[in-house]
Amino acid sequence: MTITEVSVNLTINGQAVSVPEGTSIHKACESAGIETPTLCWAENLTPVNACRVCVVEVEGSRALVPSCARAVEDQMVVQTDSPRVRHSRKMVLEFLGSSVDLSQATDLAEWMRHYGADPDRYDQPDLPAERISEEPKIQDDLYIRDYDKCVLCYKCVEACGDDAQHTFAIAVSGRGFDARISTEFDTVLPDSACVYCGNCIGVCPTGAIQFKTEFDMRAAGEWRPDEQEVTTTVCSFCGVGCNLELHTQDDRIVKVTSPADHSVTHGHLCIKGRFGWQYVQPPTRR
Amino acid sequence: MFGAGGGTSSYTEVEQTDVVLLWGSNAREAHPIYFHHLLKGLDNGARMYAVDPRRTSSAKFADAWLGLNVGTDIALANAVGREIIAAGLHDTDFIAHSTQGFDDYEAAVEQYTLDRAEEITGVPAHAIAEMAHDYASADTAQILWTLGITEHHNAVENVLSLCNLALLTGHVGRWGSGLVPLRGQNNVQGGGDMGALPNKFPGFQDVEDPVSLAKFETAYNMSLPDKPGLHLTLMFEAMEQGAIKGLYVIGENPADSEADVAHARKLLDGLDILVVQDILMTRTAEMADVVLPAAVGWAESEGTVTSSERRVQRVRAAVPPPGEARQDTDIIGDLAKRLGVDWGDPTPEDLWDELRSLSPMHAGMSWDRLESEGGLQWPCMDEDDPGSIFLHGWLWADDLEGRDPAPFSVCHHEGPKEQLSDEFPLRLTTGRALDSYNTGVQSGGYASPIRYGDGIDMNPADARQLGICDGDRVRMCSPRGSVETCVRIQPDIPRGLTFTTFHFPELVDINQLTNPEWDLRSGTAEFKAAAVRIERMASTHVNNPVPDVDSATEFADG
Repeated sequence: MTITEVSVNLTINGQAVSVPEGTSIHKACESAGIETPTLCWAENLTPVNACRVCVVEVEGSRALVPSCARAVEDQMVVQTDSPRVRHSRKMVLEFLGSSVDLSQATDLAEWMRHYGADPDRYDQPDLPAERISEEPKIQDDLYIRDYDKCVLCYKCVEACGDDAQHTFAIAVSGRGFDARISTEFDTVLPDSACVYCGNCIGVCPTGAIQFKTEFDMRAAGEWRPDEQEVTTTVCSFCGVGCNLELHTQDDRIVKVTSPADHSVTHGHLCIKGRFGWQYVQPPTRR
Repeated sequence: MFGAGGGTSSYTEVEQTDVVLLWGSNAREAHPIYFHHLLKGLDNGARMYAVDPRRTSSAKFADAWLGLNVGTDIALANAVGREIIAAGLHDTDFIAHSTQGFDDYEAAVEQYTLDRAEEITGVPAHAIAEMAHDYASADTAQILWTLGITEHHNAVENVLSLCNLALLTGHVGRWGSGLVPLRGQNNVQGGGDMGALPNKFPGFQDVEDPVSLAKFETAYNMSLPDKPGLHLTLMFEAMEQGAIKGLYVIGENPADSEADVAHARKLLDGLDILVVQDILMTRTAEMADVVLPAAVGWAESEGTVTSSERRVQRVRAAVPPPGEARQDTDIIGDLAKRLGVDWGDPTPEDLWDELRSLSPMHAGMSWDRLESEGGLQWPCMDEDDPGSIFLHGWLWADDLEGRDPAPFSVCHHEGPKEQLSDEFPLRLTTGRALDSYNTGVQSGGYASPIRYGDGIDMNPADARQLGICDGDRVRMCSPRGSVETCVRIQPDIPRGLTFTTFHFPELVDINQLTNPEWDLRSGTAEFKAAAVRIERMASTHVNNPVPDVDSATEFADG
């Protein structure tokens, strides 16, 4: 099998860049050492253009374009740090921050500082910002759903659907401010089509869908990411050989993820790989 | 197959293949992340045929479900082979150049006409023909299987009957085409590779081959047995005959997992000494005279495991083992010392390098490469070898790389050992459920919201005939024993068949019922086919009406 790679030449922030045909602007920026904020994009998902936080300016294009989804074209001229781009990214972050809780979207905090985003300026005493405010949904021992944190990036829907799991247990229901990620007829998760692979949790950028173990530790003030170590190993529950990243704190496993760039899992796991580790540290073994 | 015990293809290949025969495998639940690769293939336009007595969650993604009667795989495979030949769709050049024994095979499958196969298997003749034509005409095609093929008294013949189809069509030894047995445990492939088979040294080198024997005798400076040892099933026979009086069990729970388990427990009980090395107190460990607490292989130990695509990958210690638990290798080393042999204090890398020095197919896999390259696929003969994406490319070489052509195997339909009877009129088959694993020792440790638990799947029509409602308590009996459980009415189960998982022996000790008849070559017992009777237990109706759906077979043509 021979694949002929055609190169495309473009300019990003005045810098000449050459990448293979089909590369996204986002990836081209990365290859040129230019970082781009993303929210709805992930290595292992199809771009959905939902969040607009990665927009760039393309010469000749009327509107800003989402860099995650737009493929490079020959002789394209891209600006990632123009006033227009900075202004747009800042406002997207402010709008999100004014309506939902981004406290666990750790990547975004840095970008908010970078662009001087101040969500509070939309929250005036005489005109308070409308915020999502719901009790977290806790319907089983594995997941929690905290819609106060949901930015409707669609990543969980994609991971549950045809980007990975093909279970299609969740979709967006409702319109406007009432839009929510929902199970069929908003049924409780254990009664839904959900098979608890946790791939929605794996891709959630804001902690809106979360491992219950993490949620409980956070609630108890015991979640200390700075002290956590990550060890890559292989799952024990079948012969596929899925890479697991064991997140440990105080010599205990507290969370399991999988590397998005590994050929076996592409970052996705099943219920056993994601949650089955608990037998390693039951009271009877400790 | 053809000399090396491993799946021929890589996971990425199933994403690009044209036709998939998923045969005796519910990969959607038993190998969910492999199934993701398969789903990519379906999204890319591959057609899938699911061959399984049950309309499984995997079969629901298939273009066609061939719901064959339990244990009729060879009749189906032979009919597919016959139809391919009859339609002139076999690869005559490949057969002439790369195979041997075709004439005998052709003669043997002649009797498996589509009509006869329909009679034996219950699969409509047109569905068999469609699968045969599609498989043979595809540019690339793969056959995937698991325990639905191997947990029968004629396991090896089942596998060979599928290999015949690949030889007939040239669907092996090249990108996208292959034969893929999916492994049920994270190192069942690696265990075999490392020589944890009664007839092999590491790297599938035969103990009866004088050259291999001499190599290992020289390396270890001692004489080694030149005859195969015993596999698990033969060990139990030897225990029965009193030839084995002591057993050292490492990471296995035969007191729950053996077929006809009550008998197996009796034999374990009768041993002079039983030593169990495990991470948790399994039922087998509870019977032991000595328990050696072990570290968890994938979270508390350093080493390697090998996957279903022959990929050797590193496992690493993330947490320290609790209490007195120790690394398996340390325990074995100390035991050897007490027995008078000092192997020193080797690191996992030292042990790996010893393997590389003796197993040519692992020679190129340095510890550093395993770390930096995300695993390597055997064979990997030297440090410049990138490893092997697929096996048996030699079948397509002009000179077959000096090897003998691959043999067709003549296999005939026999059916399950235990025939249905008036006394035991229903078929029991066992298998896996998504959230659980083996005897539940490990998967019992977390609170899954989707547990299968205590239950037996049954077709609505069979249930109605027995006056059984969904949720009713029943007694299920086979010639070997009986268990109590409750019925789950399941339209995806064909009439005459019942199914349960083996994950909950405390709730349903299902292996009291399973058939210990075993395959002479692999030693695998016929877990997939017991004959049973189901009786409703008095006054246990829970008032759930039986849905008015007759049988899964109405989906068969869909």
